[in-house]
Amino acid sequence: MPLALFWFFAVLMLVGGLAVISLRNPVAAALSMVASFVGLAGLFIGLNAYFVGIIQILVYAGAIMVLFLFIIMLLDLKTEEKRTPKVVPIVGGLGIVLAFTIQLLGVLGNTPDTKSQPLDLAAGAAEYTERSPGIAAKLEAGSLPDVNLVGDVIFTGYNLPLQIVGVLLLVATVGVVVLSSRQTT
Amino acid sequence: MASLHSYLLVSGLLFAIGLAGVVLRRNIIVVFMCLELMLSAANLTLVAFSRFNGSNGLPDYNGQMLVFFVITVAAAEVAVGLAIIVALYRARQTIHTDDLTSMRG
Repeated sequence: MPLALFWFFAVLMLVGGLAVISLRNPVAAALSMVASFVGLAGLFIGLNAYFVGIIQILVYAGAIMVLFLFIIMLLDLKTEEKRTPKVVPIVGGLGIVLAFTIQLLGVLGNTPDTKSQPLDLAAGAAEYTERSPGIAAKLEAGSLPDVNLVGDVIFTGYNLPLQIVGVLLLVATVGVVVLSSRQTT
Repeated sequence: MASLHSYLLVSGLLFAIGLAGVVLRRNIIVVFMCLELMLSAANLTLVAFSRFNGSNGLPDYNGQMLVFFVITVAAAEVAVGLAIIVALYRARQTIHTDDLTSMRG
């Protein structure tokens, strides 16, 4: 990804994040979170993780955001806006964040940097010629079949975790139904 | 091309923004959104390491697997958390964390 494009998406993501924590209206915060996640998806796609980028848009900017907006609408939060913020928690919170940022800069200054290497698709194709000829053919043709590779890894190496995650989603669904049903007692 | 440090810096800043929101905001729904921001910042770190530590000229897809599982768990967490918020609002008529002090010692 060109450097200018990287900074465009990074700034979009960070400004969206800042808007989430600074806007007082929860609906505006939710919408700026969409902007933040669109920038994040751009960064993912720039890192050649096309499938993760698309999933980020679909799941976060689509499904989760609709859920947030729906709950905000359901609870009618307009009356929550006029409050005077207290000074002590703000100073303490900003202190924690400042300490974290300084720590981050210190760690980044002491670790070796890696320049990004262009993907070597022909070398990657050699690994897949026996196991999956379709993926190898696409790699040799010069395109990165991201979804195929993700599927190959997730269904061969991570089969049990995938099923456990399925059970987790079922448990979450049942839990939500139980929690949101009105108690009759 | 951006280097690994740029991605780590940007993701760390996003995490810091999310952390600031969790600590500073009093609206529990916005706190929840900031939690999502922090999870996404961790995802960006994972994808960046997966791309920069690739094997055989391809990205390391084992790193991206963890991203999928994090996204799934985040989706389940949001669903359950928002249901808890709705139940809380029914019981107390508020979602402002300063008003929810019955468990304070």
